[in-house]
Amino acid sequence: MSKSAPVRTPTDLTSSVAGGIGASPQRPDGNLKVRGEFAYASDLWHEDMIWGATLRSPHPYARIRSIDITEALKVPGVYAVLTHSDVPGKNLYGLEHPDQPVLAVDVVRYQGEPVALVGADHPETARRAMERIAVDYEVLEPVVDMEDAAHGRGTPLHPGGNLVRHVPIRHGDQQVTAEVVVTGEYEVGMQDQAFLGPESGLAVPGEDGGIDLYVATQWLHVDQKQVAQALGLPLDKVRLTLSGVGGAFGGREDLSMQVHASLLALHTGKPVKMVYNRLESFYGHVHRHPAKLYYEHGADRDGRLVYVKCRIYLDGGAYASSTPAVVANAATLGVGPYDVPNATVDCWGVYTNNPPCGAMRGFGAVQAGFAYESQMDKLAAAVGLDPVEVRIRNAMHEGSLMPTGQVVDSAAPVAELLRRVKDKPLPPVNRTEPVDIREMPGGASNTTHGEGVVRGIGYAVGIKNVCFSEGYDDFSTARVRVQVIGGELSALAHTAACEVGQGLVTIMQQIVRTELGVERVTIAPMDTTIGNGGSTSASRQTYVTGGAVRSACQTVRGRLFELAARKLGVDAVGLSLHGGKLVSDLHGVLADLVDVLGDDVVDETVEWRHRATESLDPVTGQGNAHVQYGFAAHRAVVDVDVELGLVKVVELDCAQDVGKALNPEAVLGQIQGGSAQGLGLAVMEEIQTSGGKIRNPSFTDYLIPTVLDMPPMSIDVLELADPHAPYGIRGVGEPPTISSTPAIVAAIRAATGLALTRAPVRPEHITGT
Amino acid sequence: MDFLIPSTFAEALAIKAERPEVVPIAGGTDVMVELNFDHRRPTALLDLTRIAELTEWAPSENLLRVGAGVPYVRIIDELGDRLPGLAMASRTVGSPQIRNRGTVGGNLGAASPAGDTHPVLLACDAQVEVASVRGTRMIPAAEFYLGVKRNALEPDELIAAVHLAPAAAPQQFSKVGTRNAMVIAVCSFAVALHPEQGRVGAAVGSAAPTPRRALAAEEFLAGELSDAGLWESPKPLLDSVRRRFGELAAEAASPIDDVRGTAAYRRHALAVLARRTLGWAWQDYCGTGETRSQSCA
Repeated sequence: MSKSAPVRTPTDLTSSVAGGIGASPQRPDGNLKVRGEFAYASDLWHEDMIWGATLRSPHPYARIRSIDITEALKVPGVYAVLTHSDVPGKNLYGLEHPDQPVLAVDVVRYQGEPVALVGADHPETARRAMERIAVDYEVLEPVVDMEDAAHGRGTPLHPGGNLVRHVPIRHGDQQVTAEVVVTGEYEVGMQDQAFLGPESGLAVPGEDGGIDLYVATQWLHVDQKQVAQALGLPLDKVRLTLSGVGGAFGGREDLSMQVHASLLALHTGKPVKMVYNRLESFYGHVHRHPAKLYYEHGADRDGRLVYVKCRIYLDGGAYASSTPAVVANAATLGVGPYDVPNATVDCWGVYTNNPPCGAMRGFGAVQAGFAYESQMDKLAAAVGLDPVEVRIRNAMHEGSLMPTGQVVDSAAPVAELLRRVKDKPLPPVNRTEPVDIREMPGGASNTTHGEGVVRGIGYAVGIKNVCFSEGYDDFSTARVRVQVIGGELSALAHTAACEVGQGLVTIMQQIVRTELGVERVTIAPMDTTIGNGGSTSASRQTYVTGGAVRSACQTVRGRLFELAARKLGVDAVGLSLHGGKLVSDLHGVLADLVDVLGDDVVDETVEWRHRATESLDPVTGQGNAHVQYGFAAHRAVVDVDVELGLVKVVELDCAQDVGKALNPEAVLGQIQGGSAQGLGLAVMEEIQTSGGKIRNPSFTDYLIPTVLDMPPMSIDVLELADPHAPYGIRGVGEPPTISSTPAIVAAIRAATGLALTRAPVRPEHITGT
Repeated sequence: MDFLIPSTFAEALAIKAERPEVVPIAGGTDVMVELNFDHRRPTALLDLTRIAELTEWAPSENLLRVGAGVPYVRIIDELGDRLPGLAMASRTVGSPQIRNRGTVGGNLGAASPAGDTHPVLLACDAQVEVASVRGTRMIPAAEFYLGVKRNALEPDELIAAVHLAPAAAPQQFSKVGTRNAMVIAVCSFAVALHPEQGRVGAAVGSAAPTPRRALAAEEFLAGELSDAGLWESPKPLLDSVRRRFGELAAEAASPIDDVRGTAAYRRHALAVLARRTLGWAWQDYCGTGETRSQSCA
């Protein structure tokens, strides 16, 4: 092929591939999901499969004297009944500390702890067999107080006692005093991720004695490792493939049915399906740590912070899960996005007999955010300043020092975010016109036609770390292949990074389109045939897996240029790819990539890491522990029926810096969803426990916001590029969850004049009855 | 488990007589939840959805006879003008999907203290028509609810219909839940004015083992209204009258502390609901009521 004159200028060609970064192309799975045709893990089916079921402890804390499975085995249709003695490998697993039995041995530490498994020809057969398993329990007094657990009071539930981790942070002068001091005690209830697709998966025994596991999870490789250890198999005999995931929000980072189904499959030689129902799901995954927080803020008369002292307690429940990392987050982010010259922070995460708690969107930053933002409002009142003004006076900015000594080395537009939400027009107060009752507190239930309704406005801003912290080797692996299929240029992207609904599959397509100028991009099933993609959590996948895909594309591009240089006899320098064409800086379009490739396939795999972080000093809490910080601010406008204690959030506007919006629609979706989850924590979402038992394990009584609870949002998206991140992006998913809760509670305080130190706010907290 | 599909009501009654343990199912919005949660394992379900006569409503003498299988959405759409209280309660039931499936007959069959339509049926003096192969009888709503999820049906009986008078005067229904839609009542209240009888019907829901009438509140208000001659020459009610009515309504309840709310909150909220709903109904009676668009979640 000879060189020809450019038919179009390179500038024109840049935009010739639709659906690249900065656009908002449709999700590849969008139509299927809207039509109800998308296959979730609970839809998995195998011809000769049997069903697995889990017998769980009814007690929060009990000794197991004996387990008798004789009668259960007699039930026709039962293939296997397994207990701890059937676990061939290590009967302990856990994300950071393996402390949780696959099946309980001689003690159960929470209500819902798995004790035995049944494999049967039908779920109902399995249920009937479970009723015939006789477990003799000696019920013990549960440990339920997190502060006692932190300070060595009460029965130790694990060999090392009940303290999982204590993180102290000592920053600046520890003896400093201030003219204005405000103190507060706060509580945050146990929130649930409330993902809609319950835990489910299918385990198929392999001919090699291994297992093929199809499962809805957030992190294939950490599952693989734990499953292999429990089964006593080498890693290569445990193969995982991601199935359709119906939401996660942190709740799928820990194992649920993975080992159980695999055990049954290996034991029976049959494919085993397990699907939790909603009730079991509430017992089958970790929740957000409930918290007790004690804060003292010292400031000068102008409201400038002199110091913050705080003690934060996080109840991790029966097993460690990700409690150590949640503790570090709550501690390092514990004073909020403010310049605090002196800080004394202590955060404890503990074991109790309450339900196990671990990862949930916001991950420790949510609990601290509720407390420090409540304190900032108190400080504003104490010094006679507007709540926004006191925040702006103390707002962190690029170059600020965290209490850990880490310098914030990219955009931190805290003041700007606050100004933006404050400057948005306020909705009118409508008390005279006939209005739709659905716009009132109580909504469709017809509780008020305006009587008792008072408006309130509240503000909050929050900070969240993005990616894994404290020296963790956080990376992702991506493989990109380019070839001609049916005469058409086609790219394939393959990772093990889990799509849980957030839109990573779309982002990966967009990156490949932009980097390679190839429009048709297929996303391979996510599985363990490729290296670790890391967890879909910590707002990290666009950053880390996006970074890996971009890096793989760059490698592929280099290979394509080499190929072109060889085939066309041109210099590999000064080439670029646009709209499926190979373009030279000097000579314009050289060739169609289809012709350059011919039958050749370019296929490259890379491992990509973000910049390294450091561990925290165990005594002073100093260290460059975090990769990146994300910020969001909210203004909440609420109408409160002060006589009934019912709340209608009228507006919940947000401003957030996202560095670069790779997919602007998806960014808005994340901000809306995160804000809604924060709204849930503000006014309704709580797993209520009593003596370690869950009182509301259903969507009848664990309420999540409906469309009548969540207002439409006005959202300002800032794009202040982070020079350290691919494309300048900043993790988006978590920051809006942090500031929405305190903004709404502040607005309720403004309407009612009440102190309201606990989230969620219940009607009786407002009515005082 | 058997799934029995009678095509006529007579056939259904014959099955129920022969196998009284079968569980009738219409919309399934309660029964299926119970099955899914494994709270009950019936030997058979009796599907009533193919029986056309259960899904009809028609005038019957001075009353309206509403078949047990008429879904909430049709009560809202077709009977909203004649049975405003029942339609208001129906609007607060679940989601559009639930209102498409769920029925008043199902609400009565389940007899949950939190059922949304019960206070309205009590306040409106509804009669429940129940049938068996032995014949048909009418049970006043006030005698229908016996205990938590227990009603006055004999084992061989099925609910055929409810009978209510078309509203001659304003009715109101209000319920408190901790979410602005799709929520089970923390407590609820219904009021219906009966000027022809010179009295007001009032009932509380989700605040006692059964839904129940607020008799002391009814009697107090009847006295106040007739003493002042307000039925004939309506004037706005005194605040003190509305307040006292609210207090008496709250006293009718025997609430408990549970996961949805405290007993104290329920009493407090009932007093507020009773005061407000009476105010709205009476304003309408005086012809000074404001118009509010009435919409479902």
